[in-house]
Amino acid sequence: MIFYIVRRVLYSIPIALSVGLVCFLLVYISPGDPISAIAPPDAPAEMITQLRRDYGLDKPLPEQFAIWLGRVVQGDLGRSLSTGRPVWGEVSVALKNTVSLAVAACTLAFAIGTLLGGLAAAFRDTWVDRIAMTFAVAGVSVPHYWLGMLLVAVFAVTFPLAPSMGAGPGGTFVWDWAHLPFLILPMVTLSAIPLGLVARTVRGTVIEILHQEFITTLRGKGLRSGGILLHVAKNAAPSVLAVMGLQLGYLMGGSILVETVFSWPGTGFLLNSAIFQRDIPLLQGTILVLALLFVALNLVVDLGQALLDPRIKR
Amino acid sequence: MTLIAAKDTPATDTRAPEKAERPQGYWHGVAKRVLRDKATMFCLLVLLLMFLAIVFAPLIAPYDPYVGSIARRLKPVGTPGYLLGTDELGRDMLTRLLYGGRLSWFIGIMPVAIAFVIGSSLGIIAGFAGGWLNMLIMRATDVFYAFPSVLLAVAVSGALGPGIFNAILALTLVFIPPLIRISESTTAGVRALDYVEAARATGAGPFTIIRVHVLPNVMGPIFVYATGLISVAMILGAGLSFLGLGTRPPEAEWGLMLNTLRTSLYNKPLLAMLPGICIFVTSICFNMVSDGLRGAMEVKN
Repeated sequence: MIFYIVRRVLYSIPIALSVGLVCFLLVYISPGDPISAIAPPDAPAEMITQLRRDYGLDKPLPEQFAIWLGRVVQGDLGRSLSTGRPVWGEVSVALKNTVSLAVAACTLAFAIGTLLGGLAAAFRDTWVDRIAMTFAVAGVSVPHYWLGMLLVAVFAVTFPLAPSMGAGPGGTFVWDWAHLPFLILPMVTLSAIPLGLVARTVRGTVIEILHQEFITTLRGKGLRSGGILLHVAKNAAPSVLAVMGLQLGYLMGGSILVETVFSWPGTGFLLNSAIFQRDIPLLQGTILVLALLFVALNLVVDLGQALLDPRIKR
Repeated sequence: MTLIAAKDTPATDTRAPEKAERPQGYWHGVAKRVLRDKATMFCLLVLLLMFLAIVFAPLIAPYDPYVGSIARRLKPVGTPGYLLGTDELGRDMLTRLLYGGRLSWFIGIMPVAIAFVIGSSLGIIAGFAGGWLNMLIMRATDVFYAFPSVLLAVAVSGALGPGIFNAILALTLVFIPPLIRISESTTAGVRALDYVEAARATGAGPFTIIRVHVLPNVMGPIFVYATGLISVAMILGAGLSFLGLGTRPPEAEWGLMLNTLRTSLYNKPLLAMLPGICIFVTSICFNMVSDGLRGAMEVKN
């Protein structure tokens, strides 16, 4: 077990480095000379040469990567071209809002998805199963930015029940009663895809478990369905939690569309403005932070699964 | 006659006619199961109708998709002469939805098709060759798995800048890694089977084994997996346009139309919802067809 944990942790290091490399190269796949994004369009040649030297753009690519990596490790992600503020500051504020939204959406998806999947498995091949699975397929197939617009049309325009823009007073989300209404619509929208996936996973896993011999044994010795449920839940937990963990990561990285619809001041919103102002350092920094978070989350999920499920000995 | 008989006999007896049909081959059985699956057939029919409608858009569409008049902007759904209303520039919605389907389908299917060719080739090579080649391909795949898919698509197309070509490139990059993984594991599974060993023992070269023994057995599952990705590609592709990263105005594309109609959401909600309904229906049908195919092909799960 210790050996597995150490190996898994060590394996994340080259992955994290490669993620850094991909983010570093993003600047070079964007069209035009990177200097053109920094220098004013009418800059004289000497000024461009000077800037090139200042930013280290005249050095060979591997050396640039090493310098960039050295700065990143110290928490310096450069400065935003449009605001002039450090990228890390901008990202860390936005990240809090994104994490709040993703965690809320994930919790909702987990609760409803488990319920739907469990019911579908318990009443397999009945109308309950069919309705639950229709919901699940709809959840994974819905363009969630459109679902967001639909919810705004219904619950903010036709029946004005919940606010549809922003994260509440002060511009950032805080867990209190004044801000909570702002969370509702984005949370429901963002939970659609993981809800469908969780429902499907739970159904598949529970059906598989119900077919195993120990369930027959438990039934044979007279255990009530409540007790059997406990056994099923214990056995289904590792794979369902793994799906949830990964989904949390996907939501944090993928909330850009939902954040755009609801003007949620998170990392997606930041990315959106970075893209349209061609603010490459901000784009690069935001993506790097989100991707590294995803790598860390993957690691936690794998370790958690190994701890929960003694059968895993990889 | 036999079909009806098989349907009416109790569940325990349905195996007998199934076994008798065996000599007709695996694909025959798959086709039969798909044909019997009402939900899958219905979705296939919907997709076929949509496909025909967008292919023959110039013949069906009543107006020019790019010509509008501000005088008749944002007409509601059901206006005489404009069945589905008009958009924010007074262009006919029905026409634009028909033409928009062309680009949306293209952006949904092209990346998966390209990724299918590249991903399955690399995956089959990795799964069949094993050793350092497998190591090299799979570790490179791991790097792209370290990005959530939406983030990777946004990052690449954000860095490249807006445009259909860039969006397709970004989406292709997103779908190659999962296709490599599924191809690799399927191929590695087939390679370990006895008949591959037997073929090798009789002196068959690696290319013959791949062509004769591996490909026919792995292409089915990989293909079904790829059809499941079309739904994701559709949502993501339209999503990139929705963000302003894919197609650009005045082009008709469902995601872009959804974006430009967003400001009309407050006074013409139904009109603003239309392009999204098209994306939703297409995506759910591709998902259902993919599920149906998977069910028909893998009898065990």
